[in-house]
Amino acid sequence: MSVLAALGRVILGLFAAIGRVSIFGAQTLSHMLRPPFYPREFALALLNIGWLSLPVVGLTAIFTGGALALQIYAGGARFNAEAVVPQIVAIGMVRELGPVLVGLMIAARVTSSIAAEIATMKVTEQIDALVTLSTHPMKYLTAPRVLAATLVVPLLVAVGDVIGIFGGYAVATGTLGFNAAAYIQNTVDFLQLRDITSSLAKGAVFGCIAALMGCYFGMNTGRGAQGVGRATKGSVEAAAVLILAANFVLTGVFFSL
Amino acid sequence: MITLDDVHKSFGSNDVLRGVNLHVAKGTSMVIIGGSGTGKSVAIKSILGLVTPDSGTITVDGTDVTKADRDAFLARFGMLFQGGALFDSLPVWQNVSFRLLRGSLAKPKEEARAIAVEKLRRVGLTADVADRLPAELSGGMQKRVGLARAIAADPEIIFFDEPTTGLDPIMAGVINDLIREIVTEMGATTMTITHDMSSVRTIADHVAMLHAGKIRWTGPVAEMDSAGDPYVDQFIHGRAEGPIEAVR
Ligand SMILES: Nc1ncnc2c1ncn2[C@@H]1O[C@H](COP(=O)(O)OP(=O)(O)OP(=O)(O)O)[C@@H](O)[C@H]1O
Ligand SMILES: [Mg+2]
Repeated sequence: MSVLAALGRVILGLFAAIGRVSIFGAQTLSHMLRPPFYPREFALALLNIGWLSLPVVGLTAIFTGGALALQIYAGGARFNAEAVVPQIVAIGMVRELGPVLVGLMIAARVTSSIAAEIATMKVTEQIDALVTLSTHPMKYLTAPRVLAATLVVPLLVAVGDVIGIFGGYAVATGTLGFNAAAYIQNTVDFLQLRDITSSLAKGAVFGCIAALMGCYFGMNTGRGAQGVGRATKGSVEAAAVLILAANFVLTGVFFSL
Repeated sequence: MITLDDVHKSFGSNDVLRGVNLHVAKGTSMVIIGGSGTGKSVAIKSILGLVTPDSGTITVDGTDVTKADRDAFLARFGMLFQGGALFDSLPVWQNVSFRLLRGSLAKPKEEARAIAVEKLRRVGLTADVADRLPAELSGGMQKRVGLARAIAADPEIIFFDEPTTGLDPIMAGVINDLIREIVTEMGATTMTITHDMSSVRTIADHVAMLHAGKIRWTGPVAEMDSAGDPYVDQFIHGRAEGPIEAVR
């Protein structure tokens, strides 16, 4: 009985949390659509989330693409299918690894910094100060960040896809003896439009999740330095899990229907 | 103009406000005194809606604050937070003229900056702090920037939460005079929380003492010394012995 009760409590808590996050998301959307708008905040968010994430995205993608090429070559060699390296690297990067790795990197880099920043503002009464200065905190802090992340993370994913494929290409042509022109030709021929749109769509959803979780946990922080620490940790955990769950759902939507 | 009627607020088992009744007339300066942790900050935050009371009503000009149009309501207020609450990502002048740089009161950038520099001068800060970040200022300087921000848009109603805490005696005098001036010359209505009895005497028209979640005594500042209330007496003379316990 007590096991059932505990399970019930956990499930109820989960639903309550989903409800709160959904309301938060809906409020964010409504603030995005209604003036006043804060273009400066939006531009800063674009810069922080997009431009400044490029190095980490590029490095993640190039090493992953390289490792992928090595594994596919080694695995393919067991049944004489080494030649599929370009095709599988392209599909693997564009459909799954590009969006997921960029999403997780954004969760690590952007979600944590948004959560810590907003939580600190909360505990030092800066959020209250915003309210007294006739500025809605969600409109000023949440809406620009979520909008910027939703728009710019797909671009980061595109960059990650390209660099990842390049990583595979560099390894394949450099050490595995592939012909450069043929490698590129195979990649281009094999990728379909659906692969690319799914990649970008995943990027948009992951970006939205990452920024939303940072803002949500930041706005709902506990008190003091400990509160800020908990909010930051919670935001990254939630963002990472939700990104992976959303990836599973989106893969299902795009490729099994 | 501001009326609190039987306001209650608890945080968990901590009953902070237990039926606060208070009236502040238009164009007057109310000073709230009371021991540390008695809920003075919570009381003024509940007027602004930053803290939601558990029960009781708060009205401004006869309108219930929970029913007023939020934007129009907040546009009438300025607030100095006890901890300053400056935006640490923005330079000082953009903190001061925050309201003038966006929203319905937006002004051109140069004009907003000029107003910021002028308000900074009024709180005793020179123009060269305008471009610094709040983290580069001393505690007392941050407090004064917060004060400049509270008065920047010339609001009708201003709340000052411990405006002179952390300032040297000369600067405290400057700030006390400034607050007095804002009331007498600009006709603003102010509520000030302070522990500094010389501030009380300079700033106040009326004084209210908060103790044990209620207004213990309120009246004109001139009657404070002859109030005949042992709690008020102990507080204004800063005596360790008396009805107010030293350990709270
Ligand atoms: N957000 C909050 N959550 C929980 N408790 C709070 C919160 N804000 C204030 N309190 C509690 O309410 C009480 C009153 O706090 P408040 O800040 O109003 O005191 P104060 O009278 O302004 O004191 P001081 O003169 O030291 O500034 C304190 O016991 C404090 O712990
Ligand atoms: Mg206080």
